[in-house]
Amino acid sequence: MRPFVTLAGFIVLWWAITAFSSVPPFMLPSPVAVARVFVAQAPYLAVNAGVTLGEILLGLLAGTLLGGLAALGIAASPALQRWLWPILVLSQAIPVFALAPLLVLWLGFGIGSKVAMAVLVIFFPITANFLDGLRRTAPGWLDLARTMDGSKLRILLHLRLPAALPAFGSGLRVATAIAPIGAVLGEWVGASSGLGYVMINANARIQTPLMFAALLLLAAMTITLYVLADWTIRRVLVWVPGG
Amino acid sequence: MPPGIDVRGLSLRYAGETVFSGLRLSLPAAEISVLLGPSGAGKTSLLRIIAGLEPADAGSVTATDGAPLAGRISYMAQQDLLVPWASATQNVTLGARLRGQAPDAPRAAALLAQVGLAHRATARPATLSGGERQRVALARTLYEDRPVVLMDEPFSALDAITRVRMQDLAAKLLAGRTVLLITHDPFEACRLGHSFAILAGSPAVVSAPVRLPGVPPRAPDEDGILHLQGELLRQLALGQAA
Repeated sequence: MRPFVTLAGFIVLWWAITAFSSVPPFMLPSPVAVARVFVAQAPYLAVNAGVTLGEILLGLLAGTLLGGLAALGIAASPALQRWLWPILVLSQAIPVFALAPLLVLWLGFGIGSKVAMAVLVIFFPITANFLDGLRRTAPGWLDLARTMDGSKLRILLHLRLPAALPAFGSGLRVATAIAPIGAVLGEWVGASSGLGYVMINANARIQTPLMFAALLLLAAMTITLYVLADWTIRRVLVWVPGG
Repeated sequence: MPPGIDVRGLSLRYAGETVFSGLRLSLPAAEISVLLGPSGAGKTSLLRIIAGLEPADAGSVTATDGAPLAGRISYMAQQDLLVPWASATQNVTLGARLRGQAPDAPRAAALLAQVGLAHRATARPATLSGGERQRVALARTLYEDRPVVLMDEPFSALDAITRVRMQDLAAKLLAGRTVLLITHDPFEACRLGHSFAILAGSPAVVSAPVRLPGVPPRAPDEDGILHLQGELLRQLALGQAA
């Protein structure tokens, strides 16, 4: 209930600023104007939101798979850790924003460059969180596994992996919240559809209400995704107190 | 017949201090040997060395039948070490999965029934009481079916009544195996041991083992138990003061 009260309060405040101040509508359109655009441009917004959602979901899927496998590989092999970890850390030193034009150049204006951007954004939080979990298996469990003559690989799969799932879940939550950044960034740099494309276009034509509508839609999408991910993680990790 | 265990000339240094040096200890086959001692005397280190979890700086741990000990020891710690994502049954068969064997479900069910938890077979550890969790851990230890069982204060976190019940259960189900039980509880030593020895001092030395009359588990109110327990407590307290 509380989030909706906050939201309603925010909209009232927004409306009051547009109604009682001298801020021109092209800088801050009223909620009513934005709502009108929502209705009038509903099909256009829906199609472009669908494109962005697809990019985000594909990016999440690919990034989670790649990040998860990288963490497992690093946890399983010290050699892989020595080779891969510095590259991962280095990859974080390059701002994704700076890579966006290059990715669009290489992968084109289509969905590929956006998915790649989303993957780049979420790969590190997934890998770092999961790896952290894999490295922090309770020493008592590892002792027990050794007295049971468990093989290294099976200890990783049957003990360290499930024990690291809560940490993996934390990474996945962060990834869900930031994956849209990657997708929209890619759309800003070069695209022919998507909410980022709508925003850039509307901005250029000073269609501020449309820009606001796209922005709100993106925010709503991100929040919904996060809530869904959080709910799913809690349902799957029933044994973790407090999720 | 399970093998006995001979510990000879065992030395361990930790952080520049000698924990023990030239330690000797014999665990008779198919008996429960209890090792008592104050905290920090190196009881757990000794047990971990015997379990093969930690190297010693010198000395040897051998089986009396001459065969290697690896793969013949199971280990029960103070914490139950149950994995929270798995059911009681899956916890009992954890070893099988870690070795890549198919879990033997009927045997796991039989063991859970033996520890009185047939009705909790599908329960996750979080829904079990401390005593129930330690019983699952006992079933998991028995599932491994090793001739030698090392126990590091496995009942010390339980309340007094649950502890007495666990002691009875453990003594019954572990009969016929070579057991080393570490405890700081003289009462537990008197109830469960065929013999007991005290590890104390710095560097630590093992006292000559004392054989206890009768067969464990001894009743909590058995003649002589209370007297012996008091005697032991006095000895331990004296050792601590010195």
